[in-house]
Amino acid sequence: MALSYLRSSSSRSVNLLKPLSSSLPLRRPISTDTTPITVETSVPFTSHQCDAPSRSVETNPKELLTFFRDMALMRRMEIAADSLYKAKLIRGFCHLYDGQEAVAVGMEAAITKKDCIITAYRDHCTFIGRGGTLLEVFAELMGRQAGCSKGKGGSMHFYKKDSNFYGGHGIVGAQVPLGCGLAFAQKYSKDETVTFALYGDGAANQGQLFEALNISALWDLPAILVCENNHYGMGTAEWRAAKSPAYYKRGDYVPGLKVDGMDALAVKQACKFAKEHALKNGPIILEMDTYRYHGHSMSDPGSTYRTRDEISGVRQERDPIERIRKLILSHDLATEKELKDIEKEVRKEVDDTITQAKESPMPEPSKLFTNVYAKGLGVESFGADRKEVRATLP
Amino acid sequence: MLGVVRQKMLGQSLPKIRPAVSVLRSYSSAAKQMTVRDALNSALDEEMSADPKVFLMGEEVGEYQGAYKISKGLLEKYGPERVRDTPITEAGFAGIGVGAAYYGLKPVVEFMTFNFSMQAIDHIINSAAKSNYMSAGQMSVPIVFRGPNGAAAGVGAQHSQCYAAWYASCPGLKVLTPYSSEDARGLLKAAIRDPDPVVFLENELLYGESFPVSDEVLDSSFCLPIGKAKIERVGRDVTITAFSRMVGHALKAAEILEKDGIDAEVINLRSIRPLDRSTINASVRKTNRLVTVEEGFPQHGVGAEICASVVEESFAYLDAPVERIAGADIPMPYAANLERLAVPQVEDIVRAAKRACYRSVPLAAAA
Repeated sequence: MALSYLRSSSSRSVNLLKPLSSSLPLRRPISTDTTPITVETSVPFTSHQCDAPSRSVETNPKELLTFFRDMALMRRMEIAADSLYKAKLIRGFCHLYDGQEAVAVGMEAAITKKDCIITAYRDHCTFIGRGGTLLEVFAELMGRQAGCSKGKGGSMHFYKKDSNFYGGHGIVGAQVPLGCGLAFAQKYSKDETVTFALYGDGAANQGQLFEALNISALWDLPAILVCENNHYGMGTAEWRAAKSPAYYKRGDYVPGLKVDGMDALAVKQACKFAKEHALKNGPIILEMDTYRYHGHSMSDPGSTYRTRDEISGVRQERDPIERIRKLILSHDLATEKELKDIEKEVRKEVDDTITQAKESPMPEPSKLFTNVYAKGLGVESFGADRKEVRATLP
Repeated sequence: MLGVVRQKMLGQSLPKIRPAVSVLRSYSSAAKQMTVRDALNSALDEEMSADPKVFLMGEEVGEYQGAYKISKGLLEKYGPERVRDTPITEAGFAGIGVGAAYYGLKPVVEFMTFNFSMQAIDHIINSAAKSNYMSAGQMSVPIVFRGPNGAAAGVGAQHSQCYAAWYASCPGLKVLTPYSSEDARGLLKAAIRDPDPVVFLENELLYGESFPVSDEVLDSSFCLPIGKAKIERVGRDVTITAFSRMVGHALKAAEILEKDGIDAEVINLRSIRPLDRSTINASVRKTNRLVTVEEGFPQHGVGAEICASVVEESFAYLDAPVERIAGADIPMPYAANLERLAVPQVEDIVRAAKRACYRSVPLAAAA
């Protein structure tokens, strides 16, 4: 029977398994240690039309270390993407997720790859969470064949259907009715799985969201609407766009939960709760209180509508990776050096993958005409000069 | 007496046809340069200043100074009543704009790109375009829907579509496509003053381009007529029609063709609806050959309508089949090399013009 610890930032918990030296660990290797630990979320959940789940979350060393590594990887990946964009290797739009990693990581810990996730264009880390590889990310961002969409989609259009990740959508709010549609199909097929449809505070005011929510509630669909509230819709603060920025309450008759989106364990608990709810009672809204360090996209500095103090304040007080680091250290699950080593490993992995992605060639010109249809019917399609470039759609 | 003045700008030769009087005027003052962005900004500024009923509405138009900085400085100058930041809800704010126009105000509704106008298209067509007709003239809708249209650079399938053909097929709408800064100023002013709903299709890649503007263009009363095309380059051998960014491509193609002894006439359509059929047909009757150029999808596109018009009205004058250059018939790919193949390039226009000119060579001789 494992000891449970109450998380406290100021006191060190008693650890009866402290190793005498690093070469003679008396504890099990942390990468496989699944001894349960109970941790309190940073703040309690606030609920609307339902009873909030407990703020005591069960976790274990393996999970915490996985959280740390995964979030460190996502963080490094997004920062590397920033550099690649400035070096003009990534073109067009690039919307970065750094700061919001806990949502992607906490959600995956609560669900399976048979549950569906759909999101908007800030999708790089969500894709990684669903099992996508770093190579698929960087190659796609650079428009190469090894990309998850073979270079034809770009940053906003990552998909991984075999693990039920449905993209990757550029039109604000459109992904929400699509997500409710996935939930419809899941219920129709009696799969006992759920869909998480992610959207931002900017999208939360879209009419189509309420239309889809109404239908989902009428038909008891297993749809979980997750508002990743990073408080700014491009350059517009939430209070300037929404009469009621209490997004978890906006479902009215649909229950909701407000969650600290910078706390991966709170996210995990909320998603677990939501999945159980959705399978029995239909739609529910989760509002993740989160923050993006970058501007809306690479063409937005992110500092004309926010103060630098605000950004650095969040980084200091609420950074999701730092929270897990402190948790790991205070529970003596790893040393500072071991965590730094993980970060170094991750950095190298990202750098090596970028080198590999740069080797991947650009798509063949013949690929211009593939995948227009699933079933081409022998139809002709044309290039810009229809007498020079024409092809039969495969 | 017509004088021809050649002006060099940005490496392009642009012959201008002016009455003799203004030939002297333009020799005496150096033309100022103005970006399309500044042209649009100044047009909005002047029209808002002239008419208190004009107001601007859209995402990030106010405090952010405009997603592409077209509305820079306007919030500071006119205040939050007249420069309204909206939530990301196109159907809602487009409908609100049309309602305000019903009541007599003159909204300028900005779509961050026209791809997002699809969320609001019911209001553009059913609430705006058709109202004057359905009400037998009681409900005119003096609204302007403006924003970037067509491909940018690497923005992918959902952010690259050209909507000219879709909107221009709808009676009740006026659809304008500026190319130069002069076009931007004159057409936007005309659009705001016009009592009917206008869809004003700009282009993101043109915003930063500079064009010379005369004092006449800079004057706050300057206005261009809606429904009139401009002959950017007079020629004898082949007519090339284009609009928006493709006008620049067509002019470059004309320079290349000139070296091969083909004198192309380039028409900047400026207005897709009403389409200036008389200018187009007069040109084809002179040159006997036509190449239409557009960024959008080919099927049911602007070029298809121009071709039909010319076949209907000037069939006997055609010495070669009409050539169409358009965007590739596929969703816009992201990869740079594929994107290049999906958008018309200067060499595509050159090739099509040459085909139109050599079509009289017997097939046997070509083999």
